[in-house]
Amino acid sequence: MTRVTIQQVILFFVYLLYQVMILQNVVLGHTAFCFLYVLYLLILPVETNPLALMGVGFLLGFAVDLFYESIGLHAFASVLIMYLRNYWLNSLTPQGGYDSSSVPTMAMNGIQWFVVYAMPLVFIHHAVLFFMEAGGFHMFWFTLWKVITSTLFTTAVILLAQLLFPGRRR
Amino acid sequence: MERLFLFVYQYRAFFTFVVLEVFCFWLIVQNNHYQGAKFFNSSNTVVASLNNFSQSIRDYFLLSDVNRTLAEENAELRRIVEQQKYVMERNHQLASYDSAFATRYDFISAKVVNNQLDRVKNFITINKGKDDGVEPGMAVISPLGAVGKVKTVSGRFAVVTSILHIDYMISAMLKKSGHFGSVQWNGRDPGFTNLNFIPRHVKLAVGDTVVTSGFNAVFPEGIMIGTVSAIDLSPESLTYNITVALSQDFRKLSYVSVVRSALKEEQDEVEKLVDEKK
Repeated sequence: MTRVTIQQVILFFVYLLYQVMILQNVVLGHTAFCFLYVLYLLILPVETNPLALMGVGFLLGFAVDLFYESIGLHAFASVLIMYLRNYWLNSLTPQGGYDSSSVPTMAMNGIQWFVVYAMPLVFIHHAVLFFMEAGGFHMFWFTLWKVITSTLFTTAVILLAQLLFPGRRR
Repeated sequence: MERLFLFVYQYRAFFTFVVLEVFCFWLIVQNNHYQGAKFFNSSNTVVASLNNFSQSIRDYFLLSDVNRTLAEENAELRRIVEQQKYVMERNHQLASYDSAFATRYDFISAKVVNNQLDRVKNFITINKGKDDGVEPGMAVISPLGAVGKVKTVSGRFAVVTSILHIDYMISAMLKKSGHFGSVQWNGRDPGFTNLNFIPRHVKLAVGDTVVTSGFNAVFPEGIMIGTVSAIDLSPESLTYNITVALSQDFRKLSYVSVVRSALKEEQDEVEKLVDEKK
């Protein structure tokens, strides 16, 4: 148990640093952003306490905010998807249910399941993020376009990361 | 009983959710304004040092551009100095020399450590802070044009509100005709900004220069902002919709100068008195 926790803490910083040092500079066509750090939140073990989930979501979002100079935005969006995550996981239970200590990754449940699981959450995260950043709906279509392109970009990178680093099959 | 516990357990999760989201929302609202001192920002030492490191790698790719800009600026400044010398010699007896006015602007050179351009509210972090005399409210310019205004400072770093910030307005004027307007970004393309409130009787053409006006005392008068790239005038509108191509390419921003205006406080005080009288 402790070993897993330590692993998660290290991964937390890996995702955070990768996001703020490298992906912060990667923006396609001024509209498509990549927020790979969401992947860390998505693949936390199924059994994690919901309070801990939201706590981790808040901490990671807040840390990203410090670098993005947008205090509260990423934290807000991350806490929201961490709250929705468990309901979404429950309604997507694969045949035979989740094993104890299973993680909702692609290696575990297959690419189709993973896309259905990840994409709506990424979309919600980005929609909340960009509309709150724009401060309302006065630039609706432009912001929506940003949300859609960013969702596709982030999802593509998440799938790629899952293919390259499948993690241990437990 | 078990169900009751389950219910309480779920309720607790919801409660935590609400508390966290309200807290986040409070943070967002607190930090919404583009100016004013805030506690959490990227002038924070740990964050700024990391940004500094990442920028030092990026710097290598910008070196040739930076060199060329600096050399051009040097040549331009030397030319102005020579002209001024000549004028000074000619007018030595006539000119009444006001030293307070002549030295009203002081420049602090700084390096950009973090630069945003694709968000709606963009900020720039620079590597000079309170220790070097940088204070909130000072103007930041580059050799090629206006950059922004200092928002917050820590000991060694400062965060600057970029002119690519949707809420930030700068008083500007058309250099040719001297008409005043205000420059405000629309949140889309980081290469262009908008010039508003130019009345429809003004004659203007694509390519006209837009510079800062001396109205706000933050920017020195006549700092380049950009050139007019598109003009739109709808039949019923009283003012033009003018698109301005920024002279400073923000993607290549590397070295900037912070402008310390010695007379800013005096001007602000006088103007405040007028406002209070109204």
